[in-house]
Amino acid sequence: MSYKVYFDDVKVGDELPAFVKQTDFMHWNRYAAVNDEFVYIHMDDEAGKNGGNAQGAFGMGNLRWAYLQNMIRDWMGDEAEVKEMSVQYRAINQKHDVLTCTGKITEKKSEGGENLVRMDINVMNQDGKGTTPGYAVVSLPARK
Amino acid sequence: MSSEAAPSTLISQALRDSLNIWSEPLVSDPVDQSDLRKWAIAVYWPDMPPRIFWDDEYARTTRWAGIIAPREFNPFAWPIHRPADRMPKPAKRKVGERSMNGGQTEKYGVQIRPGDAITAKTALVHMEEKVGKLGLTLYKSTETRWTNQKGEFVRSRISISIVY
Repeated sequence: MSYKVYFDDVKVGDELPAFVKQTDFMHWNRYAAVNDEFVYIHMDDEAGKNGGNAQGAFGMGNLRWAYLQNMIRDWMGDEAEVKEMSVQYRAINQKHDVLTCTGKITEKKSEGGENLVRMDINVMNQDGKGTTPGYAVVSLPARK
Repeated sequence: MSSEAAPSTLISQALRDSLNIWSEPLVSDPVDQSDLRKWAIAVYWPDMPPRIFWDDEYARTTRWAGIIAPREFNPFAWPIHRPADRMPKPAKRKVGERSMNGGQTEKYGVQIRPGDAITAKTALVHMEEKVGKLGLTLYKSTETRWTNQKGEFVRSRISISIVY
């Protein structure tokens, strides 16, 4: 079994270890292959420009969503589970961006037999711009 | 600023009529364990994905007693039937033809496991227009609800599409 974090040990203000990826076509194409997301704006620079991004093709919002799930998963381990997650896509993921997923605990409570922890999340780019602000709620195991 | 003539509304009668009308249920093929492994590899690339998604021996020692899907896994990828105009190459588009992904909120129930067949229903649940930096802009909220073959709640998603 893989217990990484217990509800008892989490404090409001704690930060999750960052999940970092530098993304480009190698990542986008792999994601397109599993999610059947072969969309021209993610594959072709001219199409990306026509789609409104002057730098050309750009990454999928859904992949950033997956990276945020990865960050939470890597932190909490396999015995916990994500109950809710929400984001807004505020900026584009450009080719070769270094994306850093962040999380900070904002609330913890026991409710309905579950130990729930809420956190603010985001995906920062290499310029320190938050591209994907949101929140997540996870259910953690307790020591007792 | 665009020199295009701005329409007075982006909400067509057909769109208005579709509000809160749920789609017919769509049922996925049974989830294949190999698809879960491939998905996990893609979203962790180039790093090793967690064993809970591909190592059955390990997964049986967890509370889940077997392999589960990544929370964000999509069992509806690769449908055999799809519209011919699906995902066309974007040309210069007019007002009301441009759109982007505004974000999403998901709530989760039971885990997806190999062999599950997921049923989805979708409806447009909210829309509102505003005038902002993109000009006249329509925010469309679409809800999708998933259940498994036992009728258990799997996931709900409200996604926001921004049309301008």
